[in-house]
Amino acid sequence: VSIPLSYYLILSAALFSIGVLGVIVRRNGLVLLMSVELILNAANLTFIAFAKYHQDLHGHVFAFFNIAVAAAEAAVGLAIVINIFRHYRSTNVDEVRALRG
Amino acid sequence: VELFFFFLFGGAALATAAYVIIAKNPINSAISLICTFLAVAGLYVLLNAHFLAIVQVVVYAGAIMVLFLFVIMLLNLAPEELGERRVTFLKLLGALLAAAILITLSRWFMSSEGPVPHGQTVIDNAAIPETWGGIRSVGEVLFAEYLLPFEMASILLLAAMVGAVLIARRGGVQ
Repeated sequence: VSIPLSYYLILSAALFSIGVLGVIVRRNGLVLLMSVELILNAANLTFIAFAKYHQDLHGHVFAFFNIAVAAAEAAVGLAIVINIFRHYRSTNVDEVRALRG
Repeated sequence: VELFFFFLFGGAALATAAYVIIAKNPINSAISLICTFLAVAGLYVLLNAHFLAIVQVVVYAGAIMVLFLFVIMLLNLAPEELGERRVTFLKLLGALLAAAILITLSRWFMSSEGPVPHGQTVIDNAAIPETWGGIRSVGEVLFAEYLLPFEMASILLLAAMVGAVLIARRGGVQ
């Protein structure tokens, strides 16, 4: 029994929506970064589903680079969160408004 | 059997992903996110992406989440900083937007103009050799066609490492 490609696409769309919802709703900088990771994972799942559908390994390579970029993004993002916490004693991103004109 | 595992891993991924954004405490979110990554790694195995499933477990569930947990414990958030839970206009708007994205994408995926042409919607398992998606086959593509991007990725990781150390250092950028 094979699984239709659209099942995987809808699952990754659902994961993506959950990630977007997290970015919009949550104000904690750490949970925000985690939601971004969810979005990246949804994109990876789509890449790999299409890679199997087309029997093309280039999707795997792209997902691999995606993971590398996600690691870099998480490291820099967490460093920024640490710095924000030092300045504001909080990870709430709504309190960070020093750049507001 | 494959369909059963798809729904098992898919359901687990969705449930734990939902708990990531529902949980009040960031530690609960992080643990739940690890479970999401493991479930997605299971889906990768179903999709013959054995190498990427391992990478997902090692890099995501291992390295990145250890980083997250380490920062959460380093910050040692006081309970009142975890934020109160209340329904606001923003949350309602966010839920509506997320639902709109989901419905739009799903309708497009199901439609005949979508990325899945009719007639061949099912992924053909029989045509795929056993070793497809293993370390050797991915490595052959990665190091033959994508050698330069691969080296660029290592430079990117080095730059991110230096940047993270510089940003997080006490005293900040001088």
